[in-house]
Amino acid sequence: MGLTGLDIFKQLPKTNCKDCGQATCLAFAMQIAAGKAGLDGCPHVSSAAKEALEAASAPPVALVKIGTGEKEIQLGNETVLFRHDKRFEHPTAITISVNDTEDVAAKVQAVNKLVFDRVGMLFSVNMVAVINASGDAAKFADAVKTAQENTEFPLALCTEDAAAMGAALEVAGSKKPLIYAATAANYEAMAELAKKYECPLAVKGADINELADLSEKVSALGCKQLILDSGAREVNKMLADQTQIRRLAINKRFRPFGYPTIAIVTSEDPVQAVLDASVYISKYAGVVVLSTADPAEILPLITLRLNIYTDPQKPIAVESKLYAVGEPGPDAPVFVTTNFSLTYFCVQGDVEAARIPAYILPVDSDGTSVLTAWAAGKLTPDSITELIKKSGIEDKVNHKKLILPGGVAVLSGKLAEISGWEVLVGPYDSGGIPSFLKQRWV
Amino acid sequence: MAVNIVKDSYKSKVVEITVGTEANAIKIGGDSTLPFLHFEGEMPNKQVLCLEVFDMVPEGWPENLTAAYEGVMSDPVAWAKKCVEYGADMVALRLMSAHPDNSDTSPEDAAKTAKAVADAISVPMIVVGCGVEEKDAKVLEAVAEALAGKTCILGNATNENFKSITGACMVYGHSVVSQSPLDINLAKQMNILMTEMGLPNERIVMDPLSGAVGYGIEYAYSIMERARLGALMGDKMLGNPVIAYVGQETWKAKESKASVEEFPEWGEQAKRSILWEVVTACTLAQAGAAIFVLRHPESLKQLRVHFAKMMESNAY
Ligand code: B12
Ligand code: SF4
Repeated sequence: MGLTGLDIFKQLPKTNCKDCGQATCLAFAMQIAAGKAGLDGCPHVSSAAKEALEAASAPPVALVKIGTGEKEIQLGNETVLFRHDKRFEHPTAITISVNDTEDVAAKVQAVNKLVFDRVGMLFSVNMVAVINASGDAAKFADAVKTAQENTEFPLALCTEDAAAMGAALEVAGSKKPLIYAATAANYEAMAELAKKYECPLAVKGADINELADLSEKVSALGCKQLILDSGAREVNKMLADQTQIRRLAINKRFRPFGYPTIAIVTSEDPVQAVLDASVYISKYAGVVVLSTADPAEILPLITLRLNIYTDPQKPIAVESKLYAVGEPGPDAPVFVTTNFSLTYFCVQGDVEAARIPAYILPVDSDGTSVLTAWAAGKLTPDSITELIKKSGIEDKVNHKKLILPGGVAVLSGKLAEISGWEVLVGPYDSGGIPSFLKQRWV
Repeated sequence: MAVNIVKDSYKSKVVEITVGTEANAIKIGGDSTLPFLHFEGEMPNKQVLCLEVFDMVPEGWPENLTAAYEGVMSDPVAWAKKCVEYGADMVALRLMSAHPDNSDTSPEDAAKTAKAVADAISVPMIVVGCGVEEKDAKVLEAVAEALAGKTCILGNATNENFKSITGACMVYGHSVVSQSPLDINLAKQMNILMTEMGLPNERIVMDPLSGAVGYGIEYAYSIMERARLGALMGDKMLGNPVIAYVGQETWKAKESKASVEEFPEWGEQAKRSILWEVVTACTLAQAGAAIFVLRHPESLKQLRVHFAKMMESNAY
């Protein structure tokens, strides 16, 4: 990032030996600059050059990891301020807090259930933050132990008391929890612990200026896996700080701010809390911490995060082929839709709800919705007919009737003509499929 | 260490439009910064929170939404008054009955309804057609005349029908919603065509289309964000305040409707549906939307609180 092809070229051997697959060293350098090749593609590059390039090409926002194993969280590596410029890299880690004064096991088990199926994939929260609300070190260590025994999510250990943190890390340190937080008062001791256990460390300033100070100091002590907390808690101030941190990191290469951030939601009204969190997810937070484990409150946030962090260039699509819902027999209904995963899974869910085994044929529309595909000329009588032929559906059912989305009723005449199938126009919204089947499919 | 705060300065700002009469005028837009970055620019006007009224009983609304309008849903005037009671800044009347698949209400009758509603309420109005472009051209012409002098917002003008709607609004003093399907170039094109007809730029509201959380909001978000950046950089034809029909998008989402029995892992429906509406609105506000057409009064109440917080200074 930030290096031009020429900067890179200067560090290459300049022998044009072609071992990298490129015609010249310059061509290879341009490939790296464009993000299409890695430096390791050249077997001859000197280690001095490697070091120089790596330091200069360090990402503006460092990659920070929390936890271990399958549920390890990766944050940072962000390169832009706006998702339309290039996609946001690492989705906000949604974190649920639990106080060491409450029933930790029960709360953590509720957090474990915050897993949702969307577009055929599972999405969940990412971390449990254990808070030393009691102020008692032993109680805190106990709560951390209980949390760890009850969840596979990584933990954030939250206390500003270095002794309490030390005790908690004895319990959980090997799983690389997030240490929250180093402050002006305790940063030396916290940095020591972070180094000893090789854990990521959150740095909390009273404001953005103190945060910059602390970040520099802690980094000088050898901690490079940092998470930034500007201390702001009001949503408007937080937006300003998040924006400044991101701008300074990316546009100014201001090193103290070259790390992911953490945003702590403090609104007591549950709806206001969700709104604060929505702002933080849209605007740059690496970690957002809420205290609720109510699925009705978490589902919109997880869904919003998925949207904000999708690649604007690539909608999520399913493979275009014949799908069976349940165990359809030869007289099962056949539905046509598109291969945009959101569309496909709407239809699949509603077909399932109808409790009649069926076949679904999602036409390859480059992952666009029914109407978008129609408007773009990708859902046509020809493309549907082609899928009918190629999918083998004609050998599976003993009828020739297919059900078309209501939104593209205009296709039915031509489709019937070309495919030789009878076309039933279904409801506009796939939610109407169960009642449609009851009335029209006998 | 004192951090060097990065303040971007922009050449231009969002167009400011005024709706309503002297007694109830509202100003919208006028921002000279990205949303809520008070440290580098002005946001002189509040977000406008509207509630939506239908001229026929809408179908498919969940119980917790219809409950808010019990007893008024078959009377648009009573319904609109209820919305004002709930604190709506504007009432958005949707003339759904004009749709040929509904009762195909004539332009004259639709205009009568609009007039009756406008006369009964103290806040300015948005009037939206039934979505069939040809029909809306006629309906909105009649509405424009009937509401002469009330300075409303009428929509939606699309590529197919903007000429007659724009013409009528020019004559009778209304602003127009310029609607385009999720494409920044088409949005700009529409505004150019409408201003070329002679409609002042201060009378155009943009609808680049919204999506609900989970249903395409990312596209709406990025288009709005790009339009805002364009406006600040000086592109006058992208500088109009943005309207987001949030309720229309969110109340058809499965997440707003499905019962907890159907999806036990999703939590309570009544709560979930409100959250779907407010999270969608709050996110689009981050991208620059200024007018929010909502359905549930509880959403309006919550957003009022949220936006009040967002409008407080965050200057350094
Ligand atoms: C997001 C979006 C986009 C995104 C694409 C997102 C995507 N991956 O598809 C982008 C920005 C790229 C886009 C582009 C365009 N879009 Co677009 N887009 C939308 C938007 C806002 C939402 C689409 C969506 O995601 N819907 C959600 C999915 C789940 O809906 P769905 O696929 O239709 O499925 C539902 C039903 O059809 C039904 N259903 C589906 N399958 C089946 C099957 C059966 C058997 C049954 C019974 C029912 C059923 O149930 C589903 C759930 O309700 C809609 C407006 C809207 N609110 O719908 C416009 C819309 C679809 N777009 C439109 C247009 C015109 C375009 C463009 C041509 C415009 C342009 N600028 O050029 C381009 C074409 C792009 C291209 N060349 O590929 C128009 C289509 C006009 C029309 N009525 O034909 C719409 C309706 C907007 C409008 N009102 O003008 N678009
Ligand atoms: S492999 Fe290395 S030295 Fe050889 S051409 Fe490629 S970049 Fe140059």
